[in-house]
Amino acid sequence: MVKKIITNKLKHDEIIKAESKNLNFFYADGTQALNGVSLPVYENKITALIGPSGCGKSTFLRCFNRMHDLYPGNRYDGQIILQPDNTNILLTDVDPIEVRMRISMVFQKPNPFPKSIYENVAYGLRVRGESKKRTLDEKVEEALKGASLWNEVKDRLQDLAFNLSGGQQQRLCIARALATEPEIMLFDEPTSALDPIATMNIEELMSELKQKLSILIVTHNMQQAARISDYTAYMYLGKLIEFDATNKIFTNPSKKETEDYITGKFG
Amino acid sequence: MTIQNKPAANKNLDSIRKTIANHKRHDFIFASLGTLVIASLTITLLILFLDLVIDGYPRFNLDFFSNFPSRRAARAGILSAWIGSSLVLLVTFFVAVPLGITSGVYLEEYAKKNWFSDLIEINVSNLAGVPSIIYGLLALGLFVYSFGLGQSILTAGLTLALLMLPIVIVSTREAIRSIPVHIREAAYAVGATKWQVCRNHVIPYSYGGILTGVIIGMARAIGETAPVITIGALTFIAFLPPSPIGLEPPFINFDWLESGFTVLPIQMFNWISRPQLAFHVNAAATGAVIIMLTLLMNGFAIKLRYNIRKKIKW
Ligand SMILES: Nc1ncnc2c1ncn2[C@@H]1O[C@H](COP(=O)(O)OP(=O)(O)OP(=O)(O)O)[C@@H](O)[C@H]1O
Ligand SMILES: [Mg+2]
Repeated sequence: MVKKIITNKLKHDEIIKAESKNLNFFYADGTQALNGVSLPVYENKITALIGPSGCGKSTFLRCFNRMHDLYPGNRYDGQIILQPDNTNILLTDVDPIEVRMRISMVFQKPNPFPKSIYENVAYGLRVRGESKKRTLDEKVEEALKGASLWNEVKDRLQDLAFNLSGGQQQRLCIARALATEPEIMLFDEPTSALDPIATMNIEELMSELKQKLSILIVTHNMQQAARISDYTAYMYLGKLIEFDATNKIFTNPSKKETEDYITGKFG
Repeated sequence: MTIQNKPAANKNLDSIRKTIANHKRHDFIFASLGTLVIASLTITLLILFLDLVIDGYPRFNLDFFSNFPSRRAARAGILSAWIGSSLVLLVTFFVAVPLGITSGVYLEEYAKKNWFSDLIEINVSNLAGVPSIIYGLLALGLFVYSFGLGQSILTAGLTLALLMLPIVIVSTREAIRSIPVHIREAAYAVGATKWQVCRNHVIPYSYGGILTGVIIGMARAIGETAPVITIGALTFIAFLPPSPIGLEPPFINFDWLESGFTVLPIQMFNWISRPQLAFHVNAAATGAVIIMLTLLMNGFAIKLRYNIRKKIKW
């Protein structure tokens, strides 16, 4: 019954942008942090990952931009297929830099570079070899507008990014991730260091962003997942317990564990 | 109920206050001990310095800086010594800084972490503590005899560069390590290569720490005597090396690198070993100049670091 609903829905309007297939992940010390996770990320949708602390949400997210490659000894096993070109981005002969150019990431703590606001946003473009001032100016403006930060900073683009407030810094990081026109954006608890108003701003922003790209977000805040996401995945101990449309997960989950977690009986 | 509770609560409060007072006493004891130690160190240094200044006071005039050493104490100056020191330091700087920073960045960012890199790490840290005369002996064998560089400014510069290298490497690595992981990850996450991360982030953000190492190293190099004597610096020099900057093209020449030389500490050592008291005044004045230079360099380092840190805070 449940399956049918999903398949029907899929047939209608969902396009798969990326899909992890039977993904296992091992940290250098041998910890297996992911255990056979298979999960689709749909185009122009927000997919939320929820689950108790330590269940492997961040680990899973960081597989999508091969962040684990930065530390020797980590090992992936399984596939993440990126569409439309059907590439398995976990293959060793796929360059992690190419993956990061297509899939960008916003971190939990705002982490602007100790450079000017302008340089922060332009950095992704500079890395790609863009050096024409006109193009940079245009794209920086576009990205800052996209992150609804333009009006607040347009008169002080050369100021240090550290002089912005926490919420502004996080939007700056979003602009930085946006400037390179990624296909997917990953968010790891992007609002956990922010106050409610800044959080609301960023949630609105994400709903706008999904017109252009696909979003995968880790959040600890169940209301947030319910408010903004289209699909929700519940993870526990490195395994995917349940994945479904968000309103289905929050109103009528098919697994007992999911229900316990969502209703706060556990977690 | 409330009446019954009150005395108990008060008693509790008393014991909390007692504990706090007790702990504060530890604070106080430690702070006063620290102040005492710092004060005695500073005062010792100050007295030494003042002593030199007072002894050398009669010689503080322009002539002292613009005269060559002489058999007559009153006419002797440190011209060849300070120019020698400056040129040697110039070589040291241009050898040790690029080499040290590159090695530090390589070891921290590129080298695989295994037993071999551990071995290098231990060795580099140890080198910083090796007595300087050992460097002098190494330089004598390697630069003077094997490479045939002679007892020149180049040899001295290279020798002091060896001495300074571990300090620069260690401080570069420390500075790099203090860059937070999340900044580094942010750079990689937008698709930067390792080299781009080093070039645009790791090195610029480490300037403060690297600079401190460089200046501490230079301050050490300026006062080093043993290795420079070992390689055979002359003690009495009444000529200047050829000028590095010429009036005709190509304007820069490198003949000075092969020239004989002396440096400030050797000049000081030379004067102090004379029996005539008049020369001891010269030695004191030279000592004061060396200390002043060191202080100046350190002050400069602190100022620069402060300016850099103002822009970079994590
Ligand atoms: N570098 C590492 N080396 C070894 N084990 C790790 C490492 N990082 C995380 N782990 C382990 O992997 C598991 C998953 O961690 P992960 O950070 O993905 O959890 P999470 O779901 O994001 O938790 P949180 O909600 O607290 O952020 C945990 O058991 C953790 O202890
Ligand atoms: Mg996490």
